[in-house]
Parts: sequence; structure tokens; C-alpha cells
Amino acid sequence: MSNGTNYVLGVYEDEDVLKDAVRQVRENGVEIEEVYSPFPVHGIEDVLGYKRSWMARAAFAFGVLGFALALTMQIGMMGVDWPMIIGGKDFVPFPAFVPVLFEMTVLLSAFGMVGTFFVIANLKPWGRPKIFDIRVTDDKHVMAVDIDANGKSEADIKEIIKASGASEINNKTFV
Amino acid sequence: MEDCVVRPNITKSIKSNLVNTGTETFEFTNKAKKNLMITMVVGLVLSIVGVVTNMGAGNHEETTDGGHDATEMVTDQGDYGESVEVSEGGAAEHHGSPLWLKSLYNNLWINTIYFAGLALLGVFFFTIQYAAQAGWSAGIKRIPLAFGAWLPIAFGLIAILFFLAGPDLFHWTHSSLYDVNSEDFDEIVKNKASYFYWPMEAGSFPAFWVGRLVLFFGVWYLLFRKLRTLAFEEDIEGGESRWKRMRILSALFLVFFAYSSSIAAWDWVMSIDVHWFSTMYGWYSFASWWVACLALTTFLIIYLKENGYLSIVNTDVLHDMGKFVFAFSIFWTYLWFSQFMLIYYAHIPEETVYYMDRWTGKYSIFFFLNLIINFILPFFMLMTHGSKRQNRILKSICVVIILGHWLDFYLMITPGVMKYEGGFGFMEVGLLLVFLSSFLFVVLRQIAKAPLFASNHPMLEESKHHHV
Repeated sequence: MSNGTNYVLGVYEDEDVLKDAVRQVRENGVEIEEVYSPFPVHGIEDVLGYKRSWMARAAFAFGVLGFALALTMQIGMMGVDWPMIIGGKDFVPFPAFVPVLFEMTVLLSAFGMVGTFFVIANLKPWGRPKIFDIRVTDDKHVMAVDIDANGKSEADIKEIIKASGASEINNKTFV
Repeated sequence: MEDCVVRPNITKSIKSNLVNTGTETFEFTNKAKKNLMITMVVGLVLSIVGVVTNMGAGNHEETTDGGHDATEMVTDQGDYGESVEVSEGGAAEHHGSPLWLKSLYNNLWINTIYFAGLALLGVFFFTIQYAAQAGWSAGIKRIPLAFGAWLPIAFGLIAILFFLAGPDLFHWTHSSLYDVNSEDFDEIVKNKASYFYWPMEAGSFPAFWVGRLVLFFGVWYLLFRKLRTLAFEEDIEGGESRWKRMRILSALFLVFFAYSSSIAAWDWVMSIDVHWFSTMYGWYSFASWWVACLALTTFLIIYLKENGYLSIVNTDVLHDMGKFVFAFSIFWTYLWFSQFMLIYYAHIPEETVYYMDRWTGKYSIFFFLNLIINFILPFFMLMTHGSKRQNRILKSICVVIILGHWLDFYLMITPGVMKYEGGFGFMEVGLLLVFLSSFLFVVLRQIAKAPLFASNHPMLEESKHHHV
């Protein structure tokens, strides 16, 4: 067996077959690393047993950061650095700050979420995403199983994947 | 051809025809009725206590400094320009009914308008689902539809209250405002007269206003009746023809609704502060009613589920209802702020007077409470994924929102009608309880009349498997 991470790939033609296969493979004690599909498959995260993503919390944190930045910036500019009388308002007119607060919250929350996603999905500029099978961008669903992460032999895993309805079974190694 | 089929009294025969089609019907139990009755009686007692205590307080105030508060308000805003001064001075002179009666009218009007809006927006929810050909909501649509049963009651209440309490609620109903020779003559109101009185003479019978009231309720109720009949016919006969006809009727309703709901908000609420106007007002009232309607719908779905009904409605549907409540709470805040912000920043006296009455002084606490209850609370409570999927949290937030938007209407109406003499006490709480329980009574009775969901709806299956 070669060095690096060795994968067994099950290729599926249909998302319903895929969902049943995921269930079946996991019931047989094989741990699936990831499933790739050309389109979102409803309910796949449930059968894969994924926990809720922590992205929402990252978004909230970035939102709070944006809110804080906007508040500090505006109070600093309008209240401390260069106070000006505008329309007879206070030097720190909070209602007038709200649109900027909103925009900065939304902006940083969105940018932060996209950035976080790029990092955790290995899409960062220096990242090298694992491409298991180029056909997942077209019409095939691929289930990737890391052989070393499982206590089973390669032959057993292939047997289980085959029994679950895969149309092809391939090997792939990432160094 | 389908019109040739004889269908005698379809609503009555519907239950017996549907025994074996796998649908379910809500039973409005005596226990539930009793609970609502008790709430109603408690509300009535509280209202009476409120009226009695108000009578004492009102007499006292009138003997000492009747109308003084209102005059004081004018001097506070003395630099806001003459037109405002004239108007507020005019309002102070039209003191009208004693304070307790005025307060009673004010409270009746708040609740009447609030629940009229809920009834209308229930039908709006139903029609928007049809117009959008939504599948997810097929199992829950009949709950908001049932709100429409309150429409005729709302019409009656508005009409009676207007003719009974018009001069106390609406400054513009005083005919002396339109008389050049009178010292009450008010040019600003005179210029707006045709909006109320056309084609009659200004200061006489408000034909245009009343005409709109009748037209709006007429069309709303007729379309509601027609949609309900079609929905029930579909239960018996199946097929897609009714669904298609309901889509057309729903689209018609929505077009009419878009105009009428805004105009209704100007007529019933905005014209209380007759000198003031806001181009956001129709949207703003709509948003307030809409959030409350969504919250009440969600609450009733959870209530029905907890009582063993609506098992076809899964958690994902409720999750979507939670998202609706969350999103439209933000939408309401957006409109609230858009209306406030422009007036705050432009600082034009005729406009700021509306917010001066609310932001400062007696109503200040409600002004900020309104934002906390209707924005900050739902925003943080419904933000997470988990909270929208837990019936207990969702239900309690819905109750808070229903009360919160009542407060919103309290704030829209009370400062205009009562000036600085308004308050918050037994009468407010009591009458809210009376209206809430009566509304729920009518709605639940309506829900019990037909199956809870449309068993022949073409998208029912989709709704059962709805997944977010």
C-alpha cells in the first residue's frame, strides 16, 4: 500500500440510492469521511449524522465585531475627534448611527462567514482541495471512505460499499 | 359544468362526508370554551374596575385643571410653528366626553383595530400561500383563514364605535374646523377635508371615509367567504380546479389588499393625528399586524399540536413559521426605524411633534418597551436554530409578540386620542383580555367547523415531507 491517505470511493448514480447507501454503510460500521454531490441532497446531513455547523456562531461573532467597530468609529469621529453641530443634534446622535451600525454588522458578518467557510472548506488560496472524482461536478455522487480511519480491511469496505448499490468502486490516494 | 352540480349547504354536510378520508377535525371542547369565558369575565371585571377608578380620577382632574395638560403641551412645543399650536389648542378645547369615557373609547378602538387587522392578515396569509403556489404550508393554511371569521364583527365594532365615539377619537370629525367663521377654523384640516367628506360638504357626513370602510370590509369578507367555500368544496370533490380558482381569487385579494390595507391604516389610525402624516404608515401598520398574525398562527398550531391535532405538521414547518416571526419582527423594526429616522433627522416641526409626544414624557417608557419587546426580544430569542424548533420557546415568544404589537397599536392611538391624559391600567389589560378571548373564541369555533387541513390539497404530500 502506498504512502499518504488512502481512500475507497463509492460512485452512485442517484441521490435516493446514495441516501440509502449512506445509511447502510454506516450501519455496517464503516465511517464515511465525506459525500460529494453535484447538487444539494435534502436530508443527507441527517443520514450522515452531521452535527450542526458552528458557522452560525462565527457569523454572530463577526456581526458583534462589526457592530462594535461601527459604534467605536462613529463615537470616535463624531463625539471625540471632531464634534460638529449637525441639524441641532447631539454630538453623538445614536439614531443617526443605526444605519451604519446595521451595515457594518451585516458586512462583517457576511465577509467573516465567507472567510471562515473558505478556511474550513480548504478553499484558502494556499489550500489544496482534495478532488476525489471530477464527475461530482456533473452527474455522479461520490462517497469517500478513509481506509486507515476504519478498523476494517480494504476488501471488507469495498464489499460493504458494493452491497449498498454503488455503480463503481475506485481507489484514490492523496500524498 | 361543475356549477351544475347541486351542493346543498356544503359547510354543514362536510363533516359527515369526510369521515373516511383520513382527515381530522378540531373539537372545540367545553373546557376550552370555559377557559375563554373565564378570561372574558376576568377581562370584563378588570375593565369595569378600570372605568370606575378612571371615573374618580377623571372627575378630580376636571375640577382642578381640566384640559390644562393639553395646553401645557402646546407651550412645550411653542417653537414648532403656529400651525401646530392652533391644532393642539383646538384639540384642547374639544374636550368632549369625560375622561373615563374617552379612555374607554380609546381602549375599545385600539383593540378593535388591532384585531380587525389580525383577522384581515389571516386571510392575507392564506391568499399569499395560494398566490405563491406554496406547498410547505398546505397543512396549516386553514388556521389563519379562520381569523377571517372575525371580519364582520370587526366591521360592526368599527362602525358602531365611529358613530358613537367619532368626535372623541377623531379630531377631524368636528365640523367647526371647516367653518371659516369659527375660531376653531383650521386650514390644514380643511385642505384634507375631501379625503374624509367627499362628495359631501366638509364637516357634514364623512361619506368617503365610511364608503371606504364599507367597501373594504365588503370585498375582504366576500373574498374570504368565497375562498372558504372553495376550500371546503375541494375537501369533498377533490381535483385541481378549485385550487386553480383559489389562486386567481387570492391574486385578486392581494391586489385589493395592497391598496386597502394601507388606506385602512390611514383612515383608522393615522387620521387620529390629523395634522401629521407619514408615507410609511400603511406599511408600518401592515408589518405590525402581520407579525402579530404570524405569531398567533404559530401559537395556534402549537396549541393544536399539543392537543393531539395536526400530526401532519412536522417540526420543519414550525421552524419555518418561527423564521417568519423572526424575519418579520426585523422587518417591522426596519419600517419602524425608517419612519422614525427620517422624521428625526429632517427635524421638521410638523413631523417631529408625533414623536415628541411618544419619545418624551408619559409614553416614553412604552416607546422604548415597544422596541425591546418587538425587536430585541424576538431577535435574540429566535436567532438560533434550536429555539425555533422548540415549541416551548416558540410559543412563549409568540405570546410576547402578540402582546407587544398590541402595545404598538396602543402607542399609535393613545397619545393622539388622549393627549397627555392617557395611562395604563386595569382598563387596558381588561379590554385586551376581553377582545383576545372573544377573538380566539370566534376563530376556534370557525376552525372546528371544517377539517383542520385540506385533505385534497394538491401539495399536501409535499407539506408532510417539508424539510428545511
